[in-house]
Amino acid sequence: MTAQPAAPRCRAAGGTARAVGRTGGGPALSTSRDNLARFAAIWSRAIYPVTATSMTSAEFEQHLLPLARLLRDTLHAERFDPRAAIRVGEGLVAAHCTDPESLPSILGVIDAYLVLYCGPGLDLPAEECRVRCSRLQHAVAVGFSHALRERTLYEQESISRAALNAKTEAESALAASEARFRAVFETAAVGIGIADLEGNVLEVNESLTRMLGSESYIRHRRAGDWTHPDNGPEGDSLNRELARGERDHYHIEKAYPRADGSVLWADVQVSLLRDAAGRPQYQLGLLEDITERRRLLERLRHQATHDALTALPNRALFFERLDRALSTTDEHGADRADRRIGVCYLDLDGFKAVNDSLGHAVGDRLLVAVAERLRRCVTSPDQLVARIGGDEFVAVYADPPSLAAVTELAGRILKALSTPVLLDDRQLPVHGSIGVVHGPVGTRGAADVLRSADITMYRAKELGGNRYEVADPDADARAITRHGLTNQLPSALRHGEFFVEYQPLIGLEDGVVLGAEALVRWCHPVHGVLGPDQFIPLAESTGQIVPLGRWVLEQAAQQARDWQDRRFTGPAPRINVNLSPVQLTHPDLVAEVAAVLDETGLPPSALCLEVTESALIGANEDALKPLRRIADLGVAIALDDFGTGYSNLSSLRWLPVSVLKLDRSFTRGMRQHPADPVEMKIVEGIVSLAHTLNLTVTVEGVETRTQAEHLRALGCDTAQGWYYGKAGPADQLHALTLADAV
Amino acid sequence: MTDRPSWAPPGIDITVPSVSRVYDYFLGGSHNFEVDREAARVALKAIPAIPKVGQANRAAMRRAVRHAVGRGIDQFLDIGSGIPTFGNVHEVVHTLNPAANVVYVDNDPVAVAHSKAVLDGNEHATIAAADLRDPRSVLDHPETQRMLDLDRPVALLLVAVLHFLRDTDNAYAVVGELRDALAPGSVLVITHATPQAGLLSDDQRRVQDVYQRTSTPLIMRTVPEVERFFTGFELLDPGVVPLNHWRPDTPPSDDDDPALLTGLAGVGLKA
Ligand SMILES: C[S@@+](CC[C@H](N)C(=O)[O-])C[C@H]1O[C@@H](n2cnc3c(N)ncnc32)[C@H](O)[C@@H]1O
Repeated sequence: MTAQPAAPRCRAAGGTARAVGRTGGGPALSTSRDNLARFAAIWSRAIYPVTATSMTSAEFEQHLLPLARLLRDTLHAERFDPRAAIRVGEGLVAAHCTDPESLPSILGVIDAYLVLYCGPGLDLPAEECRVRCSRLQHAVAVGFSHALRERTLYEQESISRAALNAKTEAESALAASEARFRAVFETAAVGIGIADLEGNVLEVNESLTRMLGSESYIRHRRAGDWTHPDNGPEGDSLNRELARGERDHYHIEKAYPRADGSVLWADVQVSLLRDAAGRPQYQLGLLEDITERRRLLERLRHQATHDALTALPNRALFFERLDRALSTTDEHGADRADRRIGVCYLDLDGFKAVNDSLGHAVGDRLLVAVAERLRRCVTSPDQLVARIGGDEFVAVYADPPSLAAVTELAGRILKALSTPVLLDDRQLPVHGSIGVVHGPVGTRGAADVLRSADITMYRAKELGGNRYEVADPDADARAITRHGLTNQLPSALRHGEFFVEYQPLIGLEDGVVLGAEALVRWCHPVHGVLGPDQFIPLAESTGQIVPLGRWVLEQAAQQARDWQDRRFTGPAPRINVNLSPVQLTHPDLVAEVAAVLDETGLPPSALCLEVTESALIGANEDALKPLRRIADLGVAIALDDFGTGYSNLSSLRWLPVSVLKLDRSFTRGMRQHPADPVEMKIVEGIVSLAHTLNLTVTVEGVETRTQAEHLRALGCDTAQGWYYGKAGPADQLHALTLADAV
Repeated sequence: MTDRPSWAPPGIDITVPSVSRVYDYFLGGSHNFEVDREAARVALKAIPAIPKVGQANRAAMRRAVRHAVGRGIDQFLDIGSGIPTFGNVHEVVHTLNPAANVVYVDNDPVAVAHSKAVLDGNEHATIAAADLRDPRSVLDHPETQRMLDLDRPVALLLVAVLHFLRDTDNAYAVVGELRDALAPGSVLVITHATPQAGLLSDDQRRVQDVYQRTSTPLIMRTVPEVERFFTGFELLDPGVVPLNHWRPDTPPSDDDDPALLTGLAGVGLKA
C-alpha cells in the first residue's frame, strides 16, 4: 500500500491546497478540482491493479472521478448523511471491482487521503472530520458488498438460466430430431435395424421385419447369427472394425436366410453411433432388399454369357475366363507369373456335311448332344468348356499342372465323341480335331492363344482329323501366315490392298528401255508389303488367282497404254504379265485378254504373257489351245523360268512361244571376270538354238555391268535385273537413264 | 467424434468445466459453476497471474477494436466470444459508432444462451451458435448472413480462441477459409497463448492440464506459428507481440507481471 504518511489534521490539507493553487495560479475552485483529481489518481493507482476491469488506468481514473466527487460532497455536506456513499461502493462494483480483496485498498485510500485532499478545511473540527470519514468508509463498504452480492446473485441466476435455456433448447432439438427420426424409422421403405456393439438387435422397423419374415424371427437375436454360405469373411471383419470404433461406416452386399428358409439379398449400410464423448455405442443398419434385382441381373448375366442353343458358356464368358487365367496376378492381386495356361480348341470333323445333308435342325440337335458330352469332360472348377462358334468348342484349363493334364483333357474329349450320337434311330458318328495349347502365362494375350489353338486344330484336321495336336511355335508361324493370308485374299482384292510394280526390260544391243514386267504386290495391313512368292501359290490353291490375275492384267495393260500415250515415240513399249497355270485352264481366259486389249486400246504386240516352263512342258494340245488363240491375236508368249524344269528342247518347236526367259541360275557365273567358261558355252548354245527357232532371249537377274557385257556378247536380246532397275512404281520408268546400258 | 449423426444435437453437460465459464471466473465474473471455479482454482495455483493475462487480453482486444473502428470498419465478427461480461466488443464499438453491427459466435451452448439473453432486443448485435472448426457453419449462419455484408470490410476477431484449435482441427486452413471470405480492407485480430520464454514451464503445463479436462485442450503457439495465421494479411505494426505491447495506451513497464508475456496479440490487414 501507499508509503505516504497520513496527515494528522484537516489543516494540513489546506496547506497542500494552497501549494497546488500556487503552482496552478488559478482560483480556489479550480484548486479544489485539482485536489479532487489528485485524490482520484491516488485512488485509481491503488485499486486498478486489483480490479479485473479491461479499462485502461486513465479510463479507470476518469471513472473514479464522479465517485470521488460524491465522497467529497458528502463529507462537506452541512447535514452529514453518510448513506450517499453507498452509491460509491455500488459504482465501484459496476466498474468491475469485483474482488472482495480490493475493498481494503478502496477504503485505505479514503482513510488516508480523502480528508487530506478533499477536506472541508477549517470549517469542520478535525475530530468531526475523522468521524465523518470513517462513517463514509462504512457506507462505501456496505454499498460495495451489497452490490457485489447483488451482482453475484444476478450473474449466478443468469448463468443458471442460460444453462437451463441451453439445456431445454438442446433437449427440444433432440426431441424434434428424435421425432423426425422415429417417423423416418417407422415409415421408411428400407429396412432399418439398431443393434448394440455385440450385434444384439435392439430395434427393427416394419420394413426390415417384412424383409426377414417375422418379428419373432428377429427378436433377441444377434445380427451375426444370420449367416449364409454366399457371404465372404469380409463382412465380419468390417463389423469388428466398426464395433472397435476403427471405422464409422461400411457398405456391403450380403445374403440373409429368411424365416421361411429362402434367401434375402440386401445392400447393407452400417454406421456406428457414438455417444457424446465419441465412444462407440450402437450400430445402425440400413438394408435394401435387392433379391429381385440380383435375380434379374443374374438371369441377364447368364443370358449374356451362355450360348442359347447348348447352354454352354459362350464366347464372352470364355474370353473372360481366359483373360483371368492369363493374368499374372490372382484375384487377390498376388503375383502369379508362374502360372500356366491350357486350351483345347475343338472343331467337329465333317459337321458341315451333316448340316447340308440332314438339315439345320438335325445339326442343332447334334450340337446339343455334343455339348452335353463335353460338359461331362470337365472334371474340376478350373476347367471350362464353351461354344464359341458354329461347331467350334473350346476348353480352357487355368493353371494346369502339366502339358499331360491338358492333353488328357483333349483325350477325354475325343473319347467322349467316339460313340456315335443317336438321333431319331439314326447313328451319327461325330469326330473332332483338337488344337492343344499349353504354356506360361504373361507372354501372350487371349486372342493370340486362341489363334494358336485354332491353327493347331487345322493341323490336326490336315493330319486326318479325329485327333489332337499340340501347338508348336514354328509350325504356328508358318500356318498363321498361310492360313491367314488365304482367308484374307478375297477381301484384300476388294479392299484394294494389291498394287503393281514394274521392272524395266532393256534391249541389250542399244541399252534402250523396251518395256517392263508387271509384278504384283500385296500391301497387307498387318504384315506389310508381300511379294508374289508369298501369296501367289496360296491364290493358286484357292482359285483366287483368277480374279487377281485378271486385275493385274487390266492394270498393266492400262499402264502400258499410258506410257505409249505420254512418252514413247518409237515402237510401243512392251508390257510383260505373268500368267498362272490355273488361269491357263480357265475357260474365259482368251475372251478376257481380248477384252482387255479392246478396252485399253493397247496394240497386241505390246503385250507379252509369261507362262512358266512347267505349265507348258507336257501339256497336251487341248491345254495349249487357249494359248495359241492368244498368240493368234498377236500377243507374245514368253516361256518363263526356262531351264528350271526338264525341258524337252525339241518341244520348243511346237509351242506358241516367241520369247525364252532364261532363269537367273544360268548367268550367275558371269557376274565377274573371268566368267565361268562352261556357263558361257551353255548360254551360247541356248541363244543360238532360240534364234534358230525365231525366239528372242531375255535374261533375268542381271546384277553387274560385267554380266551385262557378257550377255550382250553372247547375243542375248533383252535383259532385266537390279543392274538396270528394280521393280518400282510406274513413274520410275520415266526417270530411267540409259547411259549405262550402252 | 467425426461421424456424429447430424440429427443428434450436442448435449450440454454442466458437470464438465467450460472454457467460457472458467474464463469468466478469471475476469472476476460469477457466471460460473463450482466445477468451473474448481478448475480455475487449480490453474490459478499454478499461475496466479492468469486473471491479469485475461484482463490484458481483453484490454488488447478493446484497443484493436478501437483501431478497427478508426479505420472505418463497421462490421465485427467475434468468434469464440464467450460469456458477455463488462466491456464487450459491442459496447466498445457502439460507444464509437452506434450503427455498427456485431456478430458473436461461440460453440458453447451456455455461452450462447447467455449472450442471447444479454443481447435480447439489441438491433446491432447478435449471437450465432457455430463452430470455428467448421468455418462454413459460421459464414453460412443465418445471423451472420443477416447482419454482415461480406463484400465490405469486416473486423474478424479470433481473440483467445485459436489456442483451442488443435493442428488436427486444421487451425491454419480454418483461418485461411475465413480469410478467403473477407473483402479487402478487412482486419484480422488474433490473441493467442504462447509458451513462456520459448519453453513450456511446469506451471504452464499444469494450466494446460486443466484445459485438458474441459474437452478443449490449450495449444500454445510460438510467435512464428501465430504469425503464420496472418498469411494473406499485411501484419500491422508492431506485429505479433506480447498483449500489453500491442499499441498500448500507456507504455508497458518492466514492472509488469512476466506472466503477461504468455499472451500474444497481432492485427493484420487484408489487401
Ligand atoms: C477464452 S474465451 C475468449 C472469450 C473472448 N473472445 C475474450 O477474449 O474475452 C474462449 C471462447 O472460445 C469458445 N470456443 C472454443 N472453441 C471454440 C470453437 N471451436 N468454436 C467456437 N467457439 C469456441 C469457448 O466456448 C470460449 O467461450
